[in-house]
Amino acid sequence: MGSVLKLVSHVGAVFTDSCRTAGAVFMLLGDTLRSMVQYRLRWDQIFEQMYFIGIRSQVVVLTTGAFTGAVFAAQVWFQFKRFGMESAIGPTVSIAMCRELGPVLCCLLLAGRVGAAMAAELSSMKITEQVDALRALGVYPTEYLIVPRFLALVISAPILTGLALVTGIGCGYFVAVKIFGVDGAYYWDNTIKFTDSKDVVIALIKSFIFAVIISAIACHKGMNCPPGTAGVGKTTTEAVVNASLTLLIVNFFLTILLNALLYSN
Amino acid sequence: MLELKGIRKSMGGQEVLRGVNLRVGPAERVVVIGRSGCGKSVMLRVIMGLLQPEAGEVFFEGKKLTGLSEEEWNPYRRKIGMLFQGAALFDSLSVFENLAFPLREQGEKSEGVLRQKVAEALKIVSLSGTEEKMPAELSGGMKKRAALARAIICRPDIMLYDEPTTGLDPIVADSINRLILHLGKMFGMASIVVTHDMVSARMVGDRISYLHEGKIYFEGTPEQVDRCEDPLVRDFVRGHAEGIGITG
Repeated sequence: MGSVLKLVSHVGAVFTDSCRTAGAVFMLLGDTLRSMVQYRLRWDQIFEQMYFIGIRSQVVVLTTGAFTGAVFAAQVWFQFKRFGMESAIGPTVSIAMCRELGPVLCCLLLAGRVGAAMAAELSSMKITEQVDALRALGVYPTEYLIVPRFLALVISAPILTGLALVTGIGCGYFVAVKIFGVDGAYYWDNTIKFTDSKDVVIALIKSFIFAVIISAIACHKGMNCPPGTAGVGKTTTEAVVNASLTLLIVNFFLTILLNALLYSN
Repeated sequence: MLELKGIRKSMGGQEVLRGVNLRVGPAERVVVIGRSGCGKSVMLRVIMGLLQPEAGEVFFEGKKLTGLSEEEWNPYRRKIGMLFQGAALFDSLSVFENLAFPLREQGEKSEGVLRQKVAEALKIVSLSGTEEKMPAELSGGMKKRAALARAIICRPDIMLYDEPTTGLDPIVADSINRLILHLGKMFGMASIVVTHDMVSARMVGDRISYLHEGKIYFEGTPEQVDRCEDPLVRDFVRGHAEGIGITG
């Protein structure tokens, strides 16, 4: 009986803590949006962050997109050739890349690379009193530190996802047509015929929402870092894990919601 | 100029400040001493509006600051400078960018004016020629002086110093103490210096306040503090551990 009570109490504490954290993340998000309107935007910082997030993440995102498309095309060919459906490989790869693989994998990588960097940088600033120094100099930390990172990520993530889609679909074509000998004309024709512009819209909407999630969680973790260097490590790990898990869970609900909204007729 | 009335503040469930009252007059240098963890730095953060007290009020030039929003606080923060314990220079910016930062935030755009004001501030703290260095390239004492130059570049009315000499060798610590005195005289700035370095306290303080168990326990001139026979104050001033029950 005692151990059951302990378990219930533990689950309750975890649930309460999660609700509190989620509330704090939403509060930070609200504060970020308010600061975007209330203060002038620091474009130099936004471009600097976009360089770090967008340009510096290109190699990792393009490589992931390319090999995901290639592997997926190979796997689909292995299965479809048994039924003589090789001509369906193109649309299968392109729809899967647009609706799921492109935005999810691209943003999971961004959660690891950019989310970790954001959390680590902000938490280092927090523990070395640099955030307090900003406030002491009359600068609102959300406006100076969070808004540029938030904007840079929500602008960069859909662009990077778009690039991942192009390379993924391109590499899928290469694998199917050049390696496995699928007819190229059929491949493209079917790809264009069955891939809807709505599929690309889904990819862009998903990557935008995932970018909001990553930046909100990473910045919240960074700005609430416990003291000490161990706190920076813990904060960084939690930021990546929480952002990745939230992204995967939200992806399920987004898939249902976007499907209902865009394909209801 | 600055007045604290009945400030109460808890940290981590423990009440650190239990009704602090303190007054600082124009151009006056007040040193707050006390044992580690007694709430000296918390008090400075409350004055700066970085922490909100649970009770009590902070008045600056007759205006009540407690309860102001972040935006309402900002004009007053520009009149109050603060030197943080770890210097808190922005480590992604050069010394020049660090010093120019508060000026840029106040709307100064002319690169020539910025260069001139930064050079003047660095000269005051004897760091001329370090404009292009990054904070990681500076020693502990240089970081403190650069941070001090950043804090004074907008000529605040009052400076708050959080452990300005902690972790510095006696020579560098002495140079910081001389700077605090020099700045007070040069610009007529009032100061609150939080420290447990008694050499520093005697050197820079017009008045010394001893913070104990969350309240100002004793106040007086450096001479009065040295003559004080209260065991708590005497043991702290002389650095004796017997008062807290630790003997060799």
